[in-house]
Amino acid sequence: MDLITPGIGLIFWTTLVFLILLLVLTKYAWPAIHSAISVRNDNIRKALEAADKAREEMKKLQADNEKIMAEARKERDALIKEAREIKEALIAEAREKASEEAKNMIGEARKFIQAEKESAINEMKKQMAILSVDIAEKLIRMKMGDDTAQKDLLNKLIDEIDLN
Amino acid sequence: MKIFSHIAVLVLVALFFSGTEPLYSRSQLESEQTEVAASALNDQPDAESNEDGKGHEDEVVEKEFDTQEYIMDHIKDSHEWHILTTKEGKHVSLPLPVILISKNSGFHIFMSSHLAHGHAYRGFKYGEGELSGKIVEVDESGALQELGLPLDFSITKNVFMMMLSVVILIWLFLSLAKSYKKSGISEPRGIQGLLEPLIVFIEDEVARPNIGEQKYARYMPYLLAVFFFILINNLMGLIPFFPFGANVTGNIAVTMVLALFTLLITTFSGNRGYWQHIFNTPGVPVWLSPIMIPVEIIGMFTKPFALMMRLFANITAGHIVVLSLIAMIFIFKSLVMAIPSVLMVLFMDLIELLVAFLQAYIFTLLSALFIGLAMPEHHHD
Repeated sequence: MDLITPGIGLIFWTTLVFLILLLVLTKYAWPAIHSAISVRNDNIRKALEAADKAREEMKKLQADNEKIMAEARKERDALIKEAREIKEALIAEAREKASEEAKNMIGEARKFIQAEKESAINEMKKQMAILSVDIAEKLIRMKMGDDTAQKDLLNKLIDEIDLN
Repeated sequence: MKIFSHIAVLVLVALFFSGTEPLYSRSQLESEQTEVAASALNDQPDAESNEDGKGHEDEVVEKEFDTQEYIMDHIKDSHEWHILTTKEGKHVSLPLPVILISKNSGFHIFMSSHLAHGHAYRGFKYGEGELSGKIVEVDESGALQELGLPLDFSITKNVFMMMLSVVILIWLFLSLAKSYKKSGISEPRGIQGLLEPLIVFIEDEVARPNIGEQKYARYMPYLLAVFFFILINNLMGLIPFFPFGANVTGNIAVTMVLALFTLLITTFSGNRGYWQHIFNTPGVPVWLSPIMIPVEIIGMFTKPFALMMRLFANITAGHIVVLSLIAMIFIFKSLVMAIPSVLMVLFMDLIELLVAFLQAYIFTLLSALFIGLAMPEHHHD
């Protein structure tokens, strides 16, 4: 029975001691603890949010990067292709020019040769004409002489012609 | 392997103590008044020769071991703090201040050592029989004063340990607050690391869900005070050495005061919805109110009453079980018995450790719940 009969002394002291504890906690401990913990919680939340944001931004940046890279790659491919085309075109053009030049040169050479030939022929014709005239002259002159002399002369002239 | 060596050390310690008749065997070597009472009951012929209470240790050791007295002696409050008994049968006790208000002779304050060995001092002495553990007032002839018992405001063992616990708590919390101010909001270290998880647990798991986001902060100091007060006294009550081991939270007066605090806070923070629920329960016909109102009013008090009884009974029961297991050594009068006894006490102490936290948590949780129930959300206006 004694065990479950509260004693006045202990009631008094428990009340007093507990009130002191409550007062100290209310006045000095709890506000400091509460504000510190809530500030820290805020900080942690903010930090987490910032980290999330940063991660998202990073992802965006990465996507951008990839896009830029893809574009650059495409551009490079295009450039290379263009360069190749230009090269091919250049080679083709050069080849064409060269062949044309060659053709021209050949043509000119041919013309020159023709001209040379013609002039040679003309010269020959001229020479032949002169010769013919000479021969004719000599023949005419020989006619005035005898036949043998004529024949000899003629032979001689023919030989001379052969020599030519 | 480590745990076995620990157990072995504990067993050795227990053997040592049981050999030197120390801490737990106080009543075995109980002071003279109980010896007198016992010898009077036994009708021993040499009862008178023991009256002066000096130099009969050998007989005292022979005395029958009274388990119930031994257990009650440790569970109940005391005016002096018995620390140990030497092999020669000398008691080493810390005298505590006795503060009395008598209707007969007014206010008295003196050390409890004046009352030792059944002596009367300023007309006061320890009561016997029915009144054992209390201080009674006697007149010159030794008869009890008719005006009744004096009001006893003594700093008893329980009060002493309770004050010690609150000094420790205040020191802990003030240094915690200081360290928060100093270190700002950096990660918890030292005392912060010890207390902050518990504080945050009370805040997030107990106060916030039960009382509500807007109002919980007002009640946090009370919930923290109740939680840590109960917890530290539970834990200190488990340590069997001076200045611990007093059964503070297993004392009905202490739990009653704590439950009364919850009752007062609940009642004074009750809003319109709470009182309406008591005096005009929604959905109940008016003709039922002669039954409903008394039931609801009784309900206001049964809740804190349950708080009071739960804490008291749990802690006291735990102490009784531990003490009973220790008492087995003395009942069997065998050192061999110390081995299973100490092992079982170790087991019980581990359970009590859990109970210490659990009961502190339950008291706090239910207090928060009752406070929350007193402030139901407005559904109408």
